[in-house]
Amino acid sequence: MTEIIPAEGIFGLLWVLIALPAVGAVILLFGGRRTNSWGPYLGVLTVVGSAVLGVLMLLAMMDQPAEQRTVVQNVYDWVFVGSFQASFALQLDQLSMVFVLLITIVGALIHIYSLGYMSHDPDRRKFFGYLNLFVAAMLILVLANNYLLLYVGWEGVGLASYLLIGFWQQKPTAAAAAKKAFIINRVGDVGLSLAIMLIFVTFGSITFQDVFGQASEASEGTLTAIGLLLLLAAAGKSAQFPLQAWLLDAMEGPTPVSALIHAATMVTAGVYLIARSNAIYDAAAWAATAVVVVGLITIFMGAIIGSAKDDIKKSLAGSTMSQIGYMVFAAGLGPIGYVFAIFHLLTHGVFKAGLFLGAGSVMHGMNDNVNMRRYGALKGVMVITFITFMAGYLAIIGIPPFSGFWSKDEIIHAAFERNWVIGAAAILAAGITGFYMTRMIAMTFFGKKRWEDDAHPHESPAVMTIPLIILAIGSTFLGMALLFWGNIEEWLEPVVGYESVPTPLPTSFYIAVTLVVVIIGAIIGWVMYARKDVPVEAPRGNALTRAARQDLYGDAVNDVLVVEPTYRTAQALTTFDTKAVDGFVNWTATFVGDLARRLRRSQSGFARSYALSMVGGALIVALALILVRL
Amino acid sequence: MNPANYVLLSALLFSIGAIGVLVRRNAIIVFMSVELMLNAANLAFVAFARMNGNLDGQVVAFFVMVVAAAEVVVGLAIIVTIFRTRRSASIDEPNLLKY
Amino acid sequence: MSAFPWLTTLGVLPLLGSIVVALLPKSKPTLAKQVALAVSFIVLGGTVAMALQFDGSSTAPFQFVESYPWIPAFGISYSVGLDGIGLVLVALAATLVPIVILAGWRDIEGDQESEGSVKGYFALILALEALMIGVFSATDVFLFYVFFEVMLVPVYFMIGRYGGPQRSYAAIKFLLYSLLGGLFMLASLIGLYVVSARELGTGTFDFLSLVGLDMDPNTQKMLFLGFFFAFAIKAPLWPFHTWLPDAAAQSKPGTSVLLIGVLDKVGTFGMIRYCLPIFPAASEFYAPVVIGMALIGIFYGAYVALTASDMKRLFAYSSMSHFGFIALGIFVFTSAGQSGSVVYMVAHGLSTAALFLTAGFLMSRRRESALISDYGGVNKVAPVLAGFFLVAALSSLALPGLVSFVGEFLVLLGAFERFLWVGAVATLGIVITAAYVLRLYQKSMTGPVNPSVEGITDLKGREITALVPIAALTITLGFYPAPLLNVINPAVDWTMSTISAVDPDPVLSSEGGQQ
Repeated sequence: MTEIIPAEGIFGLLWVLIALPAVGAVILLFGGRRTNSWGPYLGVLTVVGSAVLGVLMLLAMMDQPAEQRTVVQNVYDWVFVGSFQASFALQLDQLSMVFVLLITIVGALIHIYSLGYMSHDPDRRKFFGYLNLFVAAMLILVLANNYLLLYVGWEGVGLASYLLIGFWQQKPTAAAAAKKAFIINRVGDVGLSLAIMLIFVTFGSITFQDVFGQASEASEGTLTAIGLLLLLAAAGKSAQFPLQAWLLDAMEGPTPVSALIHAATMVTAGVYLIARSNAIYDAAAWAATAVVVVGLITIFMGAIIGSAKDDIKKSLAGSTMSQIGYMVFAAGLGPIGYVFAIFHLLTHGVFKAGLFLGAGSVMHGMNDNVNMRRYGALKGVMVITFITFMAGYLAIIGIPPFSGFWSKDEIIHAAFERNWVIGAAAILAAGITGFYMTRMIAMTFFGKKRWEDDAHPHESPAVMTIPLIILAIGSTFLGMALLFWGNIEEWLEPVVGYESVPTPLPTSFYIAVTLVVVIIGAIIGWVMYARKDVPVEAPRGNALTRAARQDLYGDAVNDVLVVEPTYRTAQALTTFDTKAVDGFVNWTATFVGDLARRLRRSQSGFARSYALSMVGGALIVALALILVRL
Repeated sequence: MNPANYVLLSALLFSIGAIGVLVRRNAIIVFMSVELMLNAANLAFVAFARMNGNLDGQVVAFFVMVVAAAEVVVGLAIIVTIFRTRRSASIDEPNLLKY
Repeated sequence: MSAFPWLTTLGVLPLLGSIVVALLPKSKPTLAKQVALAVSFIVLGGTVAMALQFDGSSTAPFQFVESYPWIPAFGISYSVGLDGIGLVLVALAATLVPIVILAGWRDIEGDQESEGSVKGYFALILALEALMIGVFSATDVFLFYVFFEVMLVPVYFMIGRYGGPQRSYAAIKFLLYSLLGGLFMLASLIGLYVVSARELGTGTFDFLSLVGLDMDPNTQKMLFLGFFFAFAIKAPLWPFHTWLPDAAAQSKPGTSVLLIGVLDKVGTFGMIRYCLPIFPAASEFYAPVVIGMALIGIFYGAYVALTASDMKRLFAYSSMSHFGFIALGIFVFTSAGQSGSVVYMVAHGLSTAALFLTAGFLMSRRRESALISDYGGVNKVAPVLAGFFLVAALSSLALPGLVSFVGEFLVLLGAFERFLWVGAVATLGIVITAAYVLRLYQKSMTGPVNPSVEGITDLKGREITALVPIAALTITLGFYPAPLLNVINPAVDWTMSTISAVDPDPVLSSEGGQQ
């Protein structure tokens, strides 16, 4: 167990990391039109400030010995009732450190890129406000030292995602996609809520330190339940099967959003959650197996969808699903995999952000057209975009020495350490990755021009290409840097644990097989989409293609299983409410009214009949008295 | 003399009064029957006061007289007004006050 | 503790204000509004001053206690005092009244249908404020009953004279339904008096003496029902809810805010203040039934809200769902659940106020139509309005970081601690809540601009001024709920001790580790 060091020195500024973008968001969102002119720059500055602070903290942390790198800052007591305590307390350790850097640095680059990309949008200020809100919430998520505060960040990023997917709200599809993302995530939130409650009921505390310290003492059934609930939460946020349906629709948002939130950072929060809760999964083998299965299913779903989409962003979104599937899969492997899940998360965060921004740059030059069948032969027109995109391409398919190679290779290797079947599946999926990514670059940058008549492709301004270049450099070198210079296994080991199990065959064998499969996939893609002409209208395709274009019927399944029954129940209950419940209330009123209408007939207006009834009444009373007396 | 006889007389007078109210149509007669019932009640009160040996009943009898006097004032006024407008003292005629 | 009669002063002030406003000449409506606003601000200031003097660490059950005999022959006294629960609700009422007055500044004269005068509406609001302060601070059960019933009068007129086309139907329904509940409560109240006379020698309505009664469980079960029925109608719990959508749909937004935001809290307040401590055995006996009603209410309200076509009815059904959560938290007998319920009451007051007021501002720009289908794309035309609407909507779905989340999570946690499956099932409710809230936002605020809302103006200074405090409180208390929890927790601990309930221990510590 690593010791917990109270935050001092530069770590005393931990809260500032969050406060900077949070203040930016408040100023931009509540400041109104006054901030229109300088607001976006303020938004960029706050995130850059956090990034600088993050780097300083990294340097300070590297000075400390490995077991003294967990710093906790208790900002204030937040929710407290009886024995339940949830502080607004921040914890910085090696795991949150790498996330802080990923979020703030990639976040800062994307902020800068957005200055160019969103320069003509009238609601630019709001966009930067939402982005700042996102960065603040994401930092809360990774810096929280307890599950409830993590939940705040978790939902905060969900809110930012909702707002940004629906940023162009006047488009009904964008508004619907935003709502869908939020509601599906809400299903995941049920998992997180219940997990928090179960953790509290079991351990009497919800801070990471207390829970993980006692994790081995709890019963395996409880831990499995917690693990599965956390997996549900992770599946919602990270678009894993069965809650994957929202991510493709989320591409309705502006491209920088897709890069930052729906590729690099937010969607990887599920992986963070699983890696963070490693103590629970280590003691709950069934839950860990479920994580592997979910990851594996999603790897293939994402890859298949990515292979069929003609929309460049949706194809990339499928790829994101698939790559996060890899991370979840790796996290499910246990101590042999957590480190590499995070490693792949970091490299993917950089190269996928680069790919999305590259796609954005292409769209920027093509009148916001996203249909790859209308691209082609752009390599000569957008040189920087092309070169940076190629760096991302080589990284994602895993060609050495690009960064994706190192991380994906480690995951495949770890899979073989566990079981050769899942290892083989991971290699096959890598081959599909090679196919769909080659298809994408072939359709976009190679082949013949298939541009629309009014398209005049041009390179994007420097404010957009510089982030691309930086990300491309990251896509190229980050893997090597983290592995050889940063010693990522050793760095993360105190937090998530690490062990290596020998595999039956030498490591180089797996590398060779993986590379061969990837290259075969890439060649197939090249032959199908670069050597042959790509039709402008999509051919009908085989059954799998058609299914993949429909997101493997994810929406249809949701409609039949969830949406339709819900609305039918709602309709039935509404009818029941008006007809039965309110009907009864109103019937009572009508009944009393009717009775009164009948009874008032006795008021005939004849004084003597009243007198008679009085006498009758008196007689009855007298008789009753006499009878009772007797 | 046995005070119970007074009570019997009172019951008799009350019954006559009650029947008078129920069967007669002329408002004045009905009114007189009501007075008869009130006085029957008074008689009973006084008789009971005598039987119980305290003055409570006699006190109440005075109250009843006061009430009866007040009632006569109001009641006669109403009857006279109705007679003026309808030219009739029948109590079955004014039956407008109904459902 | 100061001897200054805070509560009486705070109660009398708005009452005097109400009389002054009512006596002003009809020809000066603006003066009436100004006086009403000034009085409500003075009351708010007084409440804040009082709250600052509240001692969170005190062990006495009530503070700011005053007691004068009223009808000594029946042991009835004018006794008031506040615990943490009462304090936050009084503060909620005192906060919402000035906001409602400000928000409803032009609601009356613009409306051709209203029968009442402008000054009358504001006089009624102030009268209602006096009664709300009284009902939350009464420590004599009879006094509480009097306030509970008299409160109906101003509300009846606020709905019946200043409402929509169906206002008299709604007002009568509200009045009769509430009176029915009150009648049962009166019966129980008399029963309680008789029992206290038998137990203590002299009958009393004093709350603390009644709590100490050693009542036979069967008597408790009967008397409990009378109180609970009144509170279940007031709150309202399923299936006694159908007056609420009608009342909400026909009232002015300000009336709805006070009715649902504060008045209905008297129901849940009554449950935690009166039902539990006075009838501990009965509360335990009926808890499964109440929890069942609460669970049904949570889902029933949410489902019906999902198909609602009228905004105000949607809010009413969503409130019903939220009241399910509140009742659930009270009757699981855990400190997390009960503190959560009280926080939720405050949060719900704020979110309801924000929803009704924003919707009211929107409707006033569109000939008072409450149909969701009459809107769409408002975000494009009136972004500030849409922004406030979003904050209100998110507060309604209990987004973490907003005060309603603190309440909702604690309620669910409390339920989960006591009955695992109840908590688990109730948690599913958060999905449907999100569905109806976001559906409303999507249909009304986003999408292409509906031709009928084209050219509507965005919120103006007065309207923004009314909404900003609500939004600020919602966010601030969400991140820093300590001001609420500090005063609520001791009160809840006291309530828990009267029903001899103890929080369940965590599994690991109670079983000493390995299961």
